[in-house]
Amino acid sequence: MSLFVFVLSCPLAASAAEQTAAGTAGKPWWFWPIVLFVFCLVLGIVAVLAGVGGGVLYVPLVSGFFPFHIDFVRGVGLMVALAGALAAGPGLLRRNLANLRLALPVALIASSFSILGAMLGLYLSALDPDIIQICLGVTIVGIAILLLVSKNTEKPVVNKQDAIGLALGLGGAYWDDGARESVEWKTHRTLLGLFMFILVGLLAGMFGLGAGWANVPVLNLLMGVPLKVSVATSKFLLSITDTSAAWIYMNRGCVIPLIGVPSIVGLMLGSLIGVKILAVAKPKMIRWLVIIVLFFAGLKAIDKGLGLGLLG
Amino acid sequence: MVTQNKEGLQPSREQIIYANLLIIGVWAGIFILVATYAIYLTGILPSHVELSIIPTIWGKGVGEYLEITHSPHGWGWLYLLAKGDFLNYIGLALLALMTIVCYLVLVRGYIRQKNWIFTVIAVLEIVVLSLAASGLLGSGGH
Repeated sequence: MSLFVFVLSCPLAASAAEQTAAGTAGKPWWFWPIVLFVFCLVLGIVAVLAGVGGGVLYVPLVSGFFPFHIDFVRGVGLMVALAGALAAGPGLLRRNLANLRLALPVALIASSFSILGAMLGLYLSALDPDIIQICLGVTIVGIAILLLVSKNTEKPVVNKQDAIGLALGLGGAYWDDGARESVEWKTHRTLLGLFMFILVGLLAGMFGLGAGWANVPVLNLLMGVPLKVSVATSKFLLSITDTSAAWIYMNRGCVIPLIGVPSIVGLMLGSLIGVKILAVAKPKMIRWLVIIVLFFAGLKAIDKGLGLGLLG
Repeated sequence: MVTQNKEGLQPSREQIIYANLLIIGVWAGIFILVATYAIYLTGILPSHVELSIIPTIWGKGVGEYLEITHSPHGWGWLYLLAKGDFLNYIGLALLALMTIVCYLVLVRGYIRQKNWIFTVIAVLEIVVLSLAASGLLGSGGH
């Protein structure tokens, strides 16, 4: 129950942040980094429990409820997603859950197109920030629907590997602790999967979202990679995809340390706490809550972009 | 699909080297971030942009923000490392550079194995990431 209240306090904290946002000038400078740190700590816990990346929650919630311009939110959002992926990478690689052979070709496509996405996003934002707000809102609502309807398969059956997957050697084996057996896997529909990462890279760069929400369905449902390997490789992939887009935003000046450092450190600490809570939590309920929060954050972004003011 | 033997379950040597390098870089980056942020907030080093001013302008677009604060873009922050706020970019840049460093190690491993497909993929990735990091793409225009 206390966890339930804790999770719910996330949007409430954001709402409180928004109410005080109007009085930005009246607050001392240290007020916002502290609020942001606490907010990101909670966000880090929720993200782990819900099985989503920090960036996908950070960008819509912080852009919707905090007084920062969306340029800075996207820049920091990518750094947040990058830091989380970098921290998770070593453990996943050592346990052979994240697969380097699978990640490398996919990362090359996604990271190249995330640069284009970042440049396009900054261009549109310079034209009119509301365009980005509306597109972000539509994307977030789309992600919420994707989380709602996608049914990942734990161990997809791949009867025959395609020529590209075979040429690149996209396959492997991992030890499944739960089933006490080794699981071998290989890919199919590799070319179509690689094409899908063009879109994934563009969206990641344009909105600073990270892209775990898109990586996993493409790897698992389309290419036939087991769910555990898909999730781990996706997390590792973010450390490469987000690097290229993060540099574009950082070079443009979109990462303000006063906002960035408490966000990165808060989310990383929150993720560490989240991993400990995961053992006793009910992730299914939290996943539902996150879907609801994403729907709300997406609609809020659309509302803000259109200037309707229906959601406060 | 499911087998009972444990062969082939171990990560490759490159994968282990990549993981070891990453863990050192990430924790070094986080430690530097926290340390430089403490220096920044305590005012041990003067800031280029006054802390009290930032909340009044972080609602503006990045172009306007840079113009008002006379802040550099690209790698211009290197000239301002004596300022508390720009000191924080050391940790941020280290985090963002780690993947390129790890890929350099990968390339060496793939060349030794004469695995030319993955050598080319890894080299291309280094080119893409270096191009993004260089500031040549989209760092101007404000």
